[in-house]
Amino acid sequence: MLKIEGLTVAVNGKQILHNINLHIKPGEVHVLFGPNGTGKSTLISTIMGFPKYQVTKGKIYFHGEDVTNMPVYERAKRGIGVMIQRPPTLRGLSVSEMVEICSREKVDIEKLARYVNMTSFLNRAVNDGFSGGEIKRSELLQLMAQNPELLLLDEPESGVDVENIALVGQAVNYILERGTNGFERESLKVRREHRHKAGLIITHTGHILKYVPADVAHILFRGTLSCSGNPQEMLECIGHQGYEACVSCGLLEVRA
Amino acid sequence: MTENSKIVQRAEQAIEKKAAYGRDIDLSSFADQSEQHNAIDPQEISDQQKKSLEAIGVDVSGANRSGTFMQMDHSVVHCNVTNDGVEMLSIDEALRRHGWLMDYWWKAVQPDADKYTARAAIHQEHGYFIRALPNAKIEFPLQACMYIGQEGVVQDVHNIIIVEEGAELNVITGCATDPVVNKGMHIGVSEFYVKKGGKLSFTMIHRWGEEVVVRPRTGVVLEEDAQYLSNFICMHKVNDLQMYPTVRLAGEGAVARMNSILVAVPGSHMDIGGRAVMDVPGTKAELITRSISTGGIIINRGHLLAGAENVKAHLECHGLLLQKDGVIHAIPELEARTDNAELSHEAAVGKIAQEEIEYLMARGLDEEEATATIVRGFLNVNIEGLPESLQKEIDIAVNEFSFGKGA
Repeated sequence: MLKIEGLTVAVNGKQILHNINLHIKPGEVHVLFGPNGTGKSTLISTIMGFPKYQVTKGKIYFHGEDVTNMPVYERAKRGIGVMIQRPPTLRGLSVSEMVEICSREKVDIEKLARYVNMTSFLNRAVNDGFSGGEIKRSELLQLMAQNPELLLLDEPESGVDVENIALVGQAVNYILERGTNGFERESLKVRREHRHKAGLIITHTGHILKYVPADVAHILFRGTLSCSGNPQEMLECIGHQGYEACVSCGLLEVRA
Repeated sequence: MTENSKIVQRAEQAIEKKAAYGRDIDLSSFADQSEQHNAIDPQEISDQQKKSLEAIGVDVSGANRSGTFMQMDHSVVHCNVTNDGVEMLSIDEALRRHGWLMDYWWKAVQPDADKYTARAAIHQEHGYFIRALPNAKIEFPLQACMYIGQEGVVQDVHNIIIVEEGAELNVITGCATDPVVNKGMHIGVSEFYVKKGGKLSFTMIHRWGEEVVVRPRTGVVLEEDAQYLSNFICMHKVNDLQMYPTVRLAGEGAVARMNSILVAVPGSHMDIGGRAVMDVPGTKAELITRSISTGGIIINRGHLLAGAENVKAHLECHGLLLQKDGVIHAIPELEARTDNAELSHEAAVGKIAQEEIEYLMARGLDEEEATATIVRGFLNVNIEGLPESLQKEIDIAVNEFSFGKGA
């Protein structure tokens, strides 16, 4: 679904990402670990196509189509959806109007809002005075309406209290057609076999993985994807040795 | 000497007096006289005229209005009212019928304030008189339309609204030029009086020809517990518009809320102020302006004057520059003459934040749609207590602009 080849990205002339290669197949959820300031958000923002992120080398393909130079809204229309960490406040635009903007098809806004406990926010201006958790829920509500095929999430658990992480996880699963909640029609097995929604989730703490099962994890270290593997295993490894272990792994790779 | 000749005498002294703000207009470049127009039935006017009336909030059918007043150039062409609780007349007729009206005539606006008030005092041609009777609650709004139909004419009107004790009244005023008129001038003196416990909602929508010069002169007096909600909307080209309406909160518990939505296209010059004079304890005022320049000039003034204790007021000017050659100049003034007043202001002028556009683009809107959505949100000032019908008129005007059909 998403194929990134040799991607090099600069922001304000400064190179942040170096020669990234990544392949996310339909139905897969990938997580991205890495220390602060290493370029995780840059990667997600570049996939979405925000103009500040300049691709100096490499290609991004979505469903086989080269989207490297495509404007943001075209990518959104083709099925890429993003939750950035700090979305701006839109005064004068209500959450429900925003949800309507997101919807590519007619949706039941009330029903979606109940799902993320946002019904009382529908008439409020988008992000105006929202807490960290409220922002996440509002973003997820928009994304549920947008219904993207590829979901990009930048730290969905940051600023969210423990009780709400489950809610966030549930909404992410709803969009990714994962988990066991909120589906009436098909059996879970059929759904698992047929789902094609994919995700790329940045997480610092890995808390979200308790709720959202992921297939592959990558470590982004100093602008380079340094290794990939089983999410739980890698999370444990980071927990024990920290990202500094990546330096030695990187050195080993160089020697080899 | 009669009261009126005293007024005219004062005005004559001021006939050359420049206004405090705005370009000095050469009144002699406009025609004093207009042809007389016969009475018309609003339903029988041309489709094009209907359209321009609807664009300024006029319900041509009159179905959702309690009354309609229409003045074209210097002729009152329509005046009817369908509610017993309210009186609506041409101001001249009202002066003939009600001797007591002199107690209100030129009491909230001074005839010698500047050459425009002076001109209106000397040359005035009609205007409306609206009076809500004590405790009458007028559900549907009254509408008044000031129309310039003749090229190059100066229309000078004098309006009075009186809301008697405990009454509630909504008025929509639409001012426009006929689609064929390019140049003209409108001078409108308006004096509004809201008595104890009364409530006046006043919405004014302007839509002028390209070379039209406009000088409204408005004074409002609020008694105890009176409420005044005003909305002023001007989103189309106007050559030169200058006004500084002043509300005097003269009774304890009086509340004034004034909102302005302004759009200056290239070639437009707007100098719009708003003043709340709070000389009585426990009065409140809120003045909010949203300005957009797509290349024109907007000067946005505001003045809160607190002369008594326990006064609370807020002034807000937000401006959005959509083109780099436009100008928005916000000049808020707060003046406290007592140590127990709470006055605040908030002003912000700038362009649309790129991150807001990108946020909407990531949700599937192209750049133009994203910009329009932000602009619409920016202009979306919800006014507490505004009747739904009036809000609807504003929404239509705002939507029309932000989706590119206007301006």
